[in-house]
Amino acid sequence: MFSTPTFDELNIWAALPMMALAFGTCILLVADLFIPKDKKVYTAVLAGIGLGVSLLIALLQASGVEIGDKSTAFEGIFVVDQFTHVVNVISLMAGIIGIMVSYDYLERTGTERGEFYTLILFSTLGAMLMGSSRNLVMIFIALELLSIPLYILSGFRRPMLESEESAMKYFLLGAFSSGFLVYGIALIYGATGSFELVNVWQTAVDILEGEGAGQFTLLIGIAMVLIALGFKVGAVPFHMWQPDVYQGAPTPVTAFMSVTAKTGGFAAMLRVLVTGLAVVSASQGKAIDVWQDSVQVIAVLTLILGNFVAITQTDLKRMLAYSSIAHGGYILIAIAAGGTFGVGDSSAQAALVYLMAYTFTNIGAFAVVIALERNERNTITLNDTKGLAQHSPLLAAAMTIFMLSLTGVPLTAGFIGKFFVFKAALEANLEVLAVIGVLGSVVSAYYYLRIIVNMYMIEGDAHPVADKQPLALRSALWLTAMGTLILGILPYIMTDLARDVTLAIVGR
Amino acid sequence: MEGFYSAVSLVVVVPLIGMLINLFFGKKLGEKGAGFIAVSASAFAFVVALILWATLVDQHYEPAIVNAPLIHSWISIPSAGIDIPWQFRVDTLSVTMMLVVTGVGTLIHIYATGYMHGDERFPRFFVYLNLFLVFMLILVTGNNLLVMFVGWEGVGLCSFLLIGFWFDKPGKHPTEGTVGWANSNAARKAFIVNRIGDFGLLMGIFLTFWTFGTLDYYKPHEVIHLEHDEAPPPVFAVEGAEGEHAGEEAAHVESGSEIHGIFTQAELWFEEGNHKVTFGSIDLDFDAVITLITLFFLLGATGKSAQIPLFVWLPDAMAGPTPVSALIHAATMVTAGIYMMVRSNSFFYNSDLTSFVVTIIGISTALAAGFMALGQWDIKKVLAYSTVSQLGFMVAAVGLGAYAAAMFHLVTHAFFKALLFLGSGSVIHAMEHGHHHAHEHGHDEHGDEHDEHAEHETHEEHETHTHHDDHEFDPQDMRNMGGLRHKMGLTYLTYLVGGLALAGIFPFAGFWSKDEIIADAFTVGFDEGELKGYLAIAVLLAAAAMTAFYTWRQICLVFFGKPRTAAAEHAPESSALMTTPLAILAIGTFLIGFIINAPKGFPLFGWLFGEHRFTLFLEESVIHAHAGSFNWFMAILATGIALAMIGIADSIYRKPMPIPMEKDPLETGQYQPLFALSNAKLYWDEAYFKYIVYPFQGAARFLANTIDWDFWHNFFHDRIIGQGFQGAADVISQPIDRQVVDKGFMSLATGVLAAGSRLRKTQTGYVRTYALSLMMGALLVIVIILLPTLRDLLGI
Repeated sequence: MFSTPTFDELNIWAALPMMALAFGTCILLVADLFIPKDKKVYTAVLAGIGLGVSLLIALLQASGVEIGDKSTAFEGIFVVDQFTHVVNVISLMAGIIGIMVSYDYLERTGTERGEFYTLILFSTLGAMLMGSSRNLVMIFIALELLSIPLYILSGFRRPMLESEESAMKYFLLGAFSSGFLVYGIALIYGATGSFELVNVWQTAVDILEGEGAGQFTLLIGIAMVLIALGFKVGAVPFHMWQPDVYQGAPTPVTAFMSVTAKTGGFAAMLRVLVTGLAVVSASQGKAIDVWQDSVQVIAVLTLILGNFVAITQTDLKRMLAYSSIAHGGYILIAIAAGGTFGVGDSSAQAALVYLMAYTFTNIGAFAVVIALERNERNTITLNDTKGLAQHSPLLAAAMTIFMLSLTGVPLTAGFIGKFFVFKAALEANLEVLAVIGVLGSVVSAYYYLRIIVNMYMIEGDAHPVADKQPLALRSALWLTAMGTLILGILPYIMTDLARDVTLAIVGR
Repeated sequence: MEGFYSAVSLVVVVPLIGMLINLFFGKKLGEKGAGFIAVSASAFAFVVALILWATLVDQHYEPAIVNAPLIHSWISIPSAGIDIPWQFRVDTLSVTMMLVVTGVGTLIHIYATGYMHGDERFPRFFVYLNLFLVFMLILVTGNNLLVMFVGWEGVGLCSFLLIGFWFDKPGKHPTEGTVGWANSNAARKAFIVNRIGDFGLLMGIFLTFWTFGTLDYYKPHEVIHLEHDEAPPPVFAVEGAEGEHAGEEAAHVESGSEIHGIFTQAELWFEEGNHKVTFGSIDLDFDAVITLITLFFLLGATGKSAQIPLFVWLPDAMAGPTPVSALIHAATMVTAGIYMMVRSNSFFYNSDLTSFVVTIIGISTALAAGFMALGQWDIKKVLAYSTVSQLGFMVAAVGLGAYAAAMFHLVTHAFFKALLFLGSGSVIHAMEHGHHHAHEHGHDEHGDEHDEHAEHETHEEHETHTHHDDHEFDPQDMRNMGGLRHKMGLTYLTYLVGGLALAGIFPFAGFWSKDEIIADAFTVGFDEGELKGYLAIAVLLAAAAMTAFYTWRQICLVFFGKPRTAAAEHAPESSALMTTPLAILAIGTFLIGFIINAPKGFPLFGWLFGEHRFTLFLEESVIHAHAGSFNWFMAILATGIALAMIGIADSIYRKPMPIPMEKDPLETGQYQPLFALSNAKLYWDEAYFKYIVYPFQGAARFLANTIDWDFWHNFFHDRIIGQGFQGAADVISQPIDRQVVDKGFMSLATGVLAAGSRLRKTQTGYVRTYALSLMMGALLVIVIILLPTLRDLLGI
């Protein structure tokens, strides 16, 4: 009944970054057993090497080196295109920086367990797979691979109650949303008879152009998938978990999660919506609006709630959590733009550029929080940043870069991201959305710049934080700060990577 | 050898690395280290330039375009159709410039290690010097106007930094407070005046981009040997293989005509005729647009290359250390304008009006600046005006269509003017040392009450026309010199070589290049009957006469006669670090004219060294370059005039001068008004101040004080708006605000607070609430997605 595919047909080489990381993770899992508890630094280094090797391969692929000869692997479940490569690069960078900011934290809080790194690696792998799946079932599996380690990581600071609580919440709500995803996938399958996005796209055209019962099934299925992925990226109104989890989880986990979960979620969202469901009428040559309106509404809600509630926060981590919600809103603008005929590719490019910029900036911002936490209590309020520039000028300078980038000030990566997102929105004739986005970033300037004001212009009673951070954290700060600046000044590093990204099947 | 072309990146990168090393570690490296790094960076760049030259020769002068590493796509906005790559262009023109910049540059670097010895900011000086090289090389290597503009602005910046290098120098200045203040004023002046030129260049670049849609000189694989009617007649047999090569490529251009660089495109459009350029609702003839572009370019060139009307900054720029004057303000940066115009010769050649204007500007500058040089006392000022005058010669050559002659004069001028400046630096250095020496040993015969504070290791340089009763001793004032021939033999000899070259005496470099320009003017005037040719001959001959006069006056005043001060009495010869570059440059100055470009028909030299080799070399990249014919009549006439002027100058200045010397021999006789006019530089600066700067300041003051402050601020804001508003506010606040608005807002605030706390209550921390909200959201999405379908079904 089943014929076993040959190795050649599977075309495993094309998926080399993922395969390498998967093997590396499994080896690490075993190797960790032999590493004594006080030498966990080796595990961290090994994990870093695993990610590094994978990143190297991904970068090679992204810059045009062909590894493996076909564009798909595993019989079409898995796509190897520029989109895959870029998502790989982003996820792996996030993973590496995530590990760099983690090591010292774990050592300091006595939660130095080897599984931490394995889980980070698995989660990274999940994010990568979400970007490379062209099959709904595969997307589900990838989502679970991404999420489950994150649930565990959130509770990693056991026996600290907040940490455990956040893990529990995250897990319950995550399971709930997974239900939506499975249900949605099932409905889509029911309507179109396929899990393959390309087939879904073809059948969906017929269904939506004609009248029929399949129509409701399909539409509700799309809605369900959208909801589940919206939960993953923390879009309003599915965002409720995010502030609690971000605040409760160990800070390095928050840093890692804030980027990786978003990368995976948005990657899958782009694949599903832009490739599979950008339903284009064959006869009229334009898109039938299936999901653009809903994504627009979600984007607007996300932008407004994220930015406004962030203003009222006093806890730095929680403020960053809301800010992170708001940034999801900007990416949603790009995705909404993808619903217009002919804008699919530039919307994907814009979203990827934004994610790249966001990766460096947001992890960097959390890294500053980690650095501050070294001498402070567990919670860092905005008041704790007062006078920071006096005793830790470097840290303050780095934080300034991150805040400016999050605001979207030119010469930082954040500006480039916003530029492309708004450009995509204008291309798609979503002027209102672009205007709301711009207004949102104006509002955001208030709470980002407040931190800069605190650091530089207000005398602080803060306890001195030495500029001298442990090596790994220090390098992570340098890397993210310099990355944020360099990508802002030489944006073509990002745009060159994203330029060849094509997702839309027609209408380029 | 083709691969060596890509070495062109190194020519820019190596000085950059040198600059960075000195920037970060200069202090630690100390004088020796920093000097070594800077000199090696420059020398390495020179070697690379040589390699590029050899590669060009090897590749039959085939030009190459090399993508810059890393920053290749520095300006690239595909969606807007804008793509301005950063490419290097290696062709005979750019390589010529590279060789001059790095070759002369290296010698000046070496000299500077001696000259700047003991300066407290020694490493910083070399950081700037290397940075200058970086930008200058960017300027000449770029393959499009924007890259050139980056270099253009960069060298302007370096010029600014270096003119004002001694911004904190103590000592009194007669008109501008302290010497340091005068120095930084000179730097500012250079920068501001150059902005005007830069504006012109930018406008030209914008227009070019609008017209052509690109800024690239040439696209890769494009060949510049277009076959067109005006092609120079093949007077000089080109080797057969090369000729075929050119023809083949011309065919290639015609067949594969997709997108051309600006110059090829311009040639094509000129050939095609009646091409229009659309500006909004206006269509302009292509010829008119090119005239406009070239006039803007010309404005740029008058700034950077110090021509009328913008030359006023260059004499002041002598406030910088002397190696800077030699490198930037004589040999390289100021020739950027010439390079730019020669580079765009396709534009200039085809615009008669611009060519005429260029010629007029060039010759009038040559004459006016030559005249101003006659009456200067400051040894460097004489050279500065001389530089302006010589640049005028080059610009005039561009206007006459003698691009090869312009470039030839640029090269020879780089040698002999660098030589003269370095020589003057050596003299100044010696005078300072002599002064210290005399002072220390109590030989102070003049009993000057010297200012002790001004006497330390830094060099005293300030622009001044002060007389002897001033407190400051001016080591640059030629009246204080005299008789240095016996004190500084090598400096004297090399200076003599440079001076003779400048005066255009056979067989020194200046003779050949100046003669070629004048001969070209003759051709344009008498053979082609153009007005600009006649004008150019007359004016340039007069300028050449002045050149010879002021050159010999200077040599007499500085080197002949008896020492007129104790400082001159005790002036020592400079160190080998300074004299070696002098000697090398002197040899170069002697040889370079006839070795690289002996004219056709000149006995012996042409046969020995090959005829018009430089011109032939240049023709490979400058389409409209052509070799001028040697004109015996003009050559003998010009040389005769020069010799006569030297004779006259000799009779006036060779005799013993009074000690202390206060007045020029010409200042007493019937020529007094003329000398005064020259000494006052034709009142040019004063006129600018009177008719431009002061009215401008007056207008600004009027706008600021009267319009902005008195009217806008005091009257309109304070009286009308402020008081009116106050009044209205009083009315509004008391009855309306307190009663109505306040209460309204209080209730609104209560409402927001209530809503806020209600909102906060949604973030309860209870998972069940969160799940509920998730459900509500899901419902929302489903409704929105189904809405169109529902509408269809219900027929709404």
